[in-house]
Amino acid sequence: MSALLAVDGISKSFRGLKAASAVSFELDAGAILGLIGPNGAGKTTVFNMIAGVFPPDEGRVRMDGRDITGKRPDQICRAGIGRTFQIVKPFGGLTVRENVIVGALASCKTVADAEREADRVLDLLGLADKARQPAHALTLPDRKCLEVARALATRPKLLLLDEVMAGLRPTETDRMVAIFRQLNRESGLTILLIEHVMRAVMALAQRIVVLNTGEVIATGTPEEIAADQKVRDCYLGEEAA
Amino acid sequence: MAMGRATRMLIGLMVALLLAPFIGNDYLVSVLILCLFNAYLAQAWNIMMGFAGQLSLGHALYVGLGAYAGGALFFHYGTPPWIGMIVGAAIAALVGGVIGFLGFRFGVKGVYFALLTIAFAEFTRILFDHFTWVGGSSGLYLPVVRADHDNLLLLRGRPAMFYYVILGLSAAVFLICHRILGSRLGYYWRAIREDQDAAQALGIDTFKAKMAAVMLSAALTAVGGVFYAFYTNTLYAESAFAMHRSIELILGAIIGGMGTLFGPILGAFLLTLLGELLTRLAENFGHGFEGVKQIGYGLILLVIIALRREGVWPRLAKRLGLDGEKAS
Amino acid sequence: MSPEFILGIAIAGTLTGAVYGLMALGLSAIFGVMRVVNFAHGEMMVGGMYIAYLLYKTMGLDPIMMLPVAALGLFVVGYLLQRYLVNYFIEVPEHVQFLLLLAVAMVFTNAFLMIFGPDARGVQLPYAFDSYNVGPLVIDKVRLIAAVIAVLIAALLGLFFAKTRTGKAIRACADNLTGAQVVGLDVKHLYAVTFGLGAACVGAGGALMLLLVDVHPHLTTDYTLLGFIIVIIGGLGSLPGALLGGVLIGLSEAFAGFFLAASMKSMFAFGLLILVLLFRPNGLLGRGA
Repeated sequence: MSALLAVDGISKSFRGLKAASAVSFELDAGAILGLIGPNGAGKTTVFNMIAGVFPPDEGRVRMDGRDITGKRPDQICRAGIGRTFQIVKPFGGLTVRENVIVGALASCKTVADAEREADRVLDLLGLADKARQPAHALTLPDRKCLEVARALATRPKLLLLDEVMAGLRPTETDRMVAIFRQLNRESGLTILLIEHVMRAVMALAQRIVVLNTGEVIATGTPEEIAADQKVRDCYLGEEAA
Repeated sequence: MAMGRATRMLIGLMVALLLAPFIGNDYLVSVLILCLFNAYLAQAWNIMMGFAGQLSLGHALYVGLGAYAGGALFFHYGTPPWIGMIVGAAIAALVGGVIGFLGFRFGVKGVYFALLTIAFAEFTRILFDHFTWVGGSSGLYLPVVRADHDNLLLLRGRPAMFYYVILGLSAAVFLICHRILGSRLGYYWRAIREDQDAAQALGIDTFKAKMAAVMLSAALTAVGGVFYAFYTNTLYAESAFAMHRSIELILGAIIGGMGTLFGPILGAFLLTLLGELLTRLAENFGHGFEGVKQIGYGLILLVIIALRREGVWPRLAKRLGLDGEKAS
Repeated sequence: MSPEFILGIAIAGTLTGAVYGLMALGLSAIFGVMRVVNFAHGEMMVGGMYIAYLLYKTMGLDPIMMLPVAALGLFVVGYLLQRYLVNYFIEVPEHVQFLLLLAVAMVFTNAFLMIFGPDARGVQLPYAFDSYNVGPLVIDKVRLIAAVIAVLIAALLGLFFAKTRTGKAIRACADNLTGAQVVGLDVKHLYAVTFGLGAACVGAGGALMLLLVDVHPHLTTDYTLLGFIIVIIGGLGSLPGALLGGVLIGLSEAFAGFFLAASMKSMFAFGLLILVLLFRPNGLLGRGA
């Protein structure tokens, strides 16, 4: 069986500085992959190339066997990839429900269908009681949750999570982890998460790719990664310090 | 579903407006025509800025294009203005499309985009000032038929007829906005207004959606321009495309509340009535008070921007208990 | 058509352009430091023209003597405007700021209209028609004086930002606002000084412009737009760019006014603006994207 997402040797330079060089990894349908690395390792660059924010200088990205390299973010979304933003971007002037309806319109034929889908997702993520509030009035954890709800409403095959746990308290992180586990188990949602919060990655990811200075330095299960000396040196050491 | 409070109030307002010419005198009708005309234009501009978040400060361009398309076709060929409206709307949509295409494709954003719209409007103003087929700088005068009956087909007649025409147009643009706001496109626009990157990540083709906003807004504005041409009968490029018209046109929407359905109407009525009052006062004081209306507008804009940036309507809607029902 | 004649037009255009440049300099400085797009710029220019006109009319002073007064008057207006109004709107979305200054502009323009009436007013100088002959070329004395003073003031402003304590402090605010606040700079005051200086440049530009054209209230919008065109062509926030843009626009107006109808000359400016917005949005000398 071929991979759902195949990242094949993508590189990107900014003003001569190599932010990512020949990064490759694959993600099977139904899997949860964590992409980790210290600050400036190139995680967000890789993420942005997959999400279509900018095209890679070289290399290809394939989704479901189709080449999506260099497509626009909206085309990437329609190819079945949903994403969240590290710095949350709620539609502040719209209600929580309207935010999610906008996402649901990507997967629904009519506005009425999108409304139903939005209500379903809001229930799922425990935001139903805040549905009529304007999005700008939400607390940070709720805004993060709204990011996820909006992306889920597009009914992606693959969900890209950009540091969705950052800034959350441990109990909130646990709640998020539980939600993602449930989604993965019940609807087979494939997840690629970029994280700095090790606790979440270790709990959630089945496999982990470690980036450092733009290159993949290790790939393996959470246990293997935790035991890898190179990773400990560059990354875990930083946290211990 | 039972008829909502907003709907009932709207029907009440409509009935009052329909009866107004039977109750009031010619002066009242002429003021109401001005109010409705400004409400119509504010509503059309609101589509672009209020709904889709794209600031245009050159909307006089579309007023002028519509006015000249309708006026010149009638002047030269006797074409009915209703056809002129279609032609004017098509031309304006095309020009708006070109400006939108250039602006969005080349990533001209925010204030720069606003300046781009001004530049096109001013460029066209000077162009039309030298365009002899439409009268150049000496103006275009539509023949006034002194008939005692109203000709609705050619829009020649008494003020009351113009009043019902602009009332119909305003109602139509209101219904169009209401329909679109609840539609897929309406959601797309508001998402783009709030955050374009997030909108795009949710699968919205932001370029197409913004183009739709510019072109629709331009086309509707041009229809208003045709009405303007036939109501005033005289066209000068200097005033039809004027920068201050672009500014006056947006004030109603800003004061009433951008992005809402009732805001532009409320704002346009308030502003027009105030302007009329100030003009009257200035006339009584005699010479030297020409600028007083504009100063009044400027001060009101200042107060609104400083104290109530979301406009008058949202607060009023809450007072009237309509906030749950308003579409945005 | 002789080459001397064409050169003559070019010189006249360049000299007028230097005065345009001084006007645009003020707009550019205000934007460069506070990121505020001053929509009331043309109003300040015309304000400078009216101050000069009033002094000429009441005291018979030469416009060049009135220049410091016009500059000082506008400095005060600019300082107060920033200190007590615009400072409260530094953090708002840019379109709100834009509309705020638009409101200020509407009040100014129409105040001029009420005070001075719609008619054009100008000054008659004894040396208005003097000129210098340089070889085959004829250079207007008034235009030359205006241009030289404009360039001098521009140089003074540059020196101020480069050398003085206050100038350096202002640049610090522009580069790193948080840093400037941390080291205890009075940002509100510095912003107001910047706006005042920008306005003073425009006021001086207005006094000089009165040597070349008559003043009437509806010049305001023209100058505001012209100011935008110049700074965008030169690059918003770039001081040398403003002067260069001014000269370019002065030249294009001079030639367009000669080869085409005079009333069509600003079409070129708007055409140029459209092209620059599309292809060099940071201006010819602006910072990179």
